[in-house]
Amino acid sequence: MKDLFAVVMLLGIYSLLSASFFVAMDAVDVAFTEAAVGAGISTLLMLVVITMTGRSEKTTRHKPWLALLVVVFTGGVLIYGTFDMPYFGIADAPIHSHVAPRYINESMKEIGIPNIVTSVLASYRAFDTFGEVVVIFTAGIGVMALLSVGRRPEEDEKTTAIDDSMHEQYLVIRIVTKMLIPFILLYALYVQFHGDFGPGGGFQAGVIFAAAIILYTMLFGLTTARKVINQSFIQFIAAAGVLLYGCVGIVSILNGANFFDYNVLASDPVAGQHLGILLIEWGVGCTVASVMIMIFFNFAGRKEMQQNNEKISNIEGESP
Amino acid sequence: MISHLPILQVIVPLMAAPICLLLKRSQLVWLFSLFASAIAFIISVLLLQQVMTSGVISYELGGWEAPWGIEYRIDKLNAFLLLIISAISTVVLIAAQTSIEKEIPKEKHTLFYILYLLSLTGMLGIVSTGDAFNVFVFLEISSLSAYALIALGQDRRALWASYQYLIMGTIGATFILIGIGLMYQMTGTLNMQDLSQRLPEVAQTRTVFTAFAFVIVGVCLKLALFPLHLWLPNAYAYAPSIVTAFFAATATKVAIYLLIRFTFTIFGLSFSFTTLPLQGLFLVLGLTGIFVASSAAIYQKNVKHVFAYSSIAQVGYIIVGLSTSTITGLTATLLHLFNHALMKSAIFLALGAVVYRLGNVQLSSFNGLGRQMPLTMAAIVIGGLSLIGVPLTVGFISKWYLLTALLEKGWWPVAILILLGSLLAVIYVWRIVEAAYFKKPLAGSAPVKEAPLFFLVPIWLLITANIYFGIDTRLSLQVASAAAQSLFGVSP
Repeated sequence: MKDLFAVVMLLGIYSLLSASFFVAMDAVDVAFTEAAVGAGISTLLMLVVITMTGRSEKTTRHKPWLALLVVVFTGGVLIYGTFDMPYFGIADAPIHSHVAPRYINESMKEIGIPNIVTSVLASYRAFDTFGEVVVIFTAGIGVMALLSVGRRPEEDEKTTAIDDSMHEQYLVIRIVTKMLIPFILLYALYVQFHGDFGPGGGFQAGVIFAAAIILYTMLFGLTTARKVINQSFIQFIAAAGVLLYGCVGIVSILNGANFFDYNVLASDPVAGQHLGILLIEWGVGCTVASVMIMIFFNFAGRKEMQQNNEKISNIEGESP
Repeated sequence: MISHLPILQVIVPLMAAPICLLLKRSQLVWLFSLFASAIAFIISVLLLQQVMTSGVISYELGGWEAPWGIEYRIDKLNAFLLLIISAISTVVLIAAQTSIEKEIPKEKHTLFYILYLLSLTGMLGIVSTGDAFNVFVFLEISSLSAYALIALGQDRRALWASYQYLIMGTIGATFILIGIGLMYQMTGTLNMQDLSQRLPEVAQTRTVFTAFAFVIVGVCLKLALFPLHLWLPNAYAYAPSIVTAFFAATATKVAIYLLIRFTFTIFGLSFSFTTLPLQGLFLVLGLTGIFVASSAAIYQKNVKHVFAYSSIAQVGYIIVGLSTSTITGLTATLLHLFNHALMKSAIFLALGAVVYRLGNVQLSSFNGLGRQMPLTMAAIVIGGLSLIGVPLTVGFISKWYLLTALLEKGWWPVAILILLGSLLAVIYVWRIVEAAYFKKPLAGSAPVKEAPLFFLVPIWLLITANIYFGIDTRLSLQVASAAAQSLFGVSP
């Protein structure tokens, strides 16, 4: 398929379908994340990229037979591997009988929150989650390192004027969006705090929060959005999220326990676990939201620069 | 505090990275990163001491015991690798500020250091953890930052090189993840120690074979073993010089560590080398790698390309050492990890100094450089001699142990091939020596000054190490053989 727009859309549909698969397998948390990240924000980011690169793929002369061979072979090996797997949903499969029972039976007593997924992710395996947050932080820094355009020249009024006239065409969408954004933000906060009891948590909440800001930016222009949230503020929040998460661990060390041992954060171990999970979820939410916004701003800023350059070259081309 | 050393090893550079973002001033950020990296180095020294005297250190993250929580497990092998990575990172960082002034625009300096620290964090994290999934998480951190760092190179081809690396690296990481997932499905655990106990029960299933295949192919992509090496030369040649010096010495080493960890500890020696034909496969691929890459190195015009291909050849030697699956062979492999890190970081730093003065590293611009930059060129020559394996350098030590291991096995044809491979190294190093010392500078080219002090100090620090550990092998040999013995389950 040569049309990249269609490719991105299919990818979004694929993500949504796999999210429904996860729901069918009772993995609601994973499904929620897949829907928010895979179908939501990554589709959005890829669309931004398409606005910069153009919509259709360059045609290549050679046929990628070797790649096809590798893919078919890999697929074959994967299918070969499935032959000796334990049957789907069987109760005495190794994953159900070794580590999992402790999570299911003890987590309520040890951590005291109903959502076992959150217990595993934020306490038993908190360090993995910390790593994931750092991965997202790294991605944000990487995008910034590659795309940031340095000192932006003072916005000349002409370009903003053109942008405004362009946006007036979308009057209905703008008004509807204005009404929706507070609710999206509120929903993000709900997801953030509800992670203890149902599916949700910092990752999804951060993405939803970022989506609201991105929606605003898309309709009201980058310049307006930058007035609300400037680049260095976003960077600060992204770094602060990682630091907050890490500091929870360091406080545990200072209190004489191991890194990320929340039991010592309060006098009562369960209360300590609650506090620890609350704090690290905040760290996750802050970093995820600000990195997503940062990535979008950088792409959009690049795009804007491209447009401005084109405009300037057009004007220069017309004048002689 | 001493009991928290394993986690501090990773957390110090990790927390330093976001703090850098808040500091902003380039000079300040450099000093701060250097400081963080130096602390990581001191911690690794302390850890190594502790492991050598009192054995394996286990650290339970979050206070949850092993199969339920994540465990950091430092044995002799990890401690050795941690020392290599943090030492090289610190020495290379000394030259960083001077080098990137010329190669990276000013507003990106802070971001450069953040990515550098994150990449260091990723590598240290991969090495210290005792949990298979945690490996993947830190692999992502180190690879993502590596892609961005490589793309920061001045040359526009750096972007394409980084993109190639991104695709290959992502495939590698995905393969590793698939492998870990399948292992988890068959055993219900992610802890390495626990995996090694529970895998033998299910070892004869096709799912475990598949898991093994995916992990090995994924790791081999990361370590640039011969047919999977295509991403490496351009990535090393077009990345900023500092990044090349750091990665050439550490990135492939971490992948080799993973290979050793997965084959020896997790799957177990008999499964990896007896049940499955890994031994023959590694031997053939390693040898082909040595010859193909060394021959390719001879024909390169860009000196960074020459040494990048030489890195692939060195991976070949390391893999041949591994394929013997004897204690001596493994000792040779580990020794060469250490020694190759010393040689390559010294050579690539020296090349960074040449870039600083000349702006490029084409072989033709090396003409007459021996007179103009005597100290830098002498460093490249000594590094080159070490690559060839001349006595009194570290290269000799690792070649010697490799040959001993091969002869012990009775594989004398392989030993002869290894010696022939070294002859190829003589040729590509000679081409540089010839240009630098026996050719006149191009007519009309401006005179070149010696490299600045911030380059010379770290370069000669590494070169001295090259010679010192070539004469006094106590530290490297003792640790390497102790690590090899513990991997074979022989108590030293």
